[in-house]
Amino acid sequence: MIGALTRLGVTPLLTDNEEELRRADKVIFPGVGEASTTMEYLRAHGLDRIIKDLKQPVLGICLGQQLMCSHSEEGDADCLGIFDVPVLKFQPQKHQDKVPHMGWNTIETTGDGIFKGFSKPEFVYFVHSFYVPVCQWTAARTEYILPFTASLHKDNFYATQFHPEKSGPTGERILKNFLDI
Amino acid sequence: MLAKRIIPCLDIRDGRTVKGTNFVNLRDAGDPVELGRLYSEQGADELVFLDITASFEGRKTFTELVERIAANISIPFTVGGGIHELKDVERLLSAGADKVSVNSAAIKNPDLINQIALNFGSQVCVAAIDAKQMPEGWRCFLNGGRVPTDRMLFEWAHEAEDRGAGEILFTSMDHDGVKQGFANDALRKLSDELTIPIIASGGAGAKEHFRDTFIEGHADAALAASVFHFGEIPIPELKQYLCGLNIPIRI
Repeated sequence: MIGALTRLGVTPLLTDNEEELRRADKVIFPGVGEASTTMEYLRAHGLDRIIKDLKQPVLGICLGQQLMCSHSEEGDADCLGIFDVPVLKFQPQKHQDKVPHMGWNTIETTGDGIFKGFSKPEFVYFVHSFYVPVCQWTAARTEYILPFTASLHKDNFYATQFHPEKSGPTGERILKNFLDI
Repeated sequence: MLAKRIIPCLDIRDGRTVKGTNFVNLRDAGDPVELGRLYSEQGADELVFLDITASFEGRKTFTELVERIAANISIPFTVGGGIHELKDVERLLSAGADKVSVNSAAIKNPDLINQIALNFGSQVCVAAIDAKQMPEGWRCFLNGGRVPTDRMLFEWAHEAEDRGAGEILFTSMDHDGVKQGFANDALRKLSDELTIPIIASGGAGAKEHFRDTFIEGHADAALAASVFHFGEIPIPELKQYLCGLNIPIRI
């Protein structure tokens, strides 16, 4: 993540400090990990309240997106509730439905926000076992086992299930769009 | 649609790529970052960097290399070689690797897979298995194929999955370097029995071999080294060919 942002010419600051988070121009909330233990960590550090209150553009990535939702089936965790939609575990329908959903898949986007300039399906890189269903805040969708949310947007909150920092030139366009908001 | 992945593999010794290449447009073909970036631009879906350095100093060099790769390359990459304990995994992930592959160390200490999965998630743990077909079946080997073990391919692959491996990287030692195609019968059995992705390795010599391993071998990804390094199969050409056969491929 830091490498990807540095390549785009910005100097990211890695922090869990409230003042620094509030002062930041943009906040990125990445994450690889498990939902319930990460939520415990956020609560223990008061970050659950801080993240919800942020007024600048915020981008949640992967677990970051899932934690912005209301509840996750991973560890039966209550999450931040920025998006009032649950996070569910993939239920394979046939043997070829391997979980985790790992690799490059295409997304169809709204064409605005962090997807400004996107007019056709593009490949991005996913690694996850839990998903957000399609809902009113879905900004990009993809399909694996079933159609689901690849990206969410509401007010100043943006989120992606996939990893833009690992998605080659397409991912760089998405990160650049976020930095330009 | 989820795409089948094409993965070039680079062998690294003392921070440099080992096998020669004939890429004329590279400033420094021995620099893994340069080569990795070229593959990424050509459309590689992931990269694997295997450290074949034995020394302690070499390991430090490799970690520094992983930091440079992470800073310069915008697709996922796996690192392997010289991983004996959780501390090694932590060091490489902190340096910016997306996944680690464990081979001999996991056969000697299977609990290593559980520890990696528990601490960092299954998605970072690639169980690499080198096996050879013997009269009694597919037997696993250690140390790059020199030492036979008492483990058989299919039972070990199942155990690795149960312990939390996120992917299996299966190299057929019978097919590796021969360029006559991948071990598709064994691959299909692995792919059909396990519920995690299978990466085919060993045997790539022609574009048709990739087609066969995806269609007949049911592989989720295919890894190769020399056919890419020596430009025998340019990645863009390979991907166009597979795409033309309606195999899901990222172009």
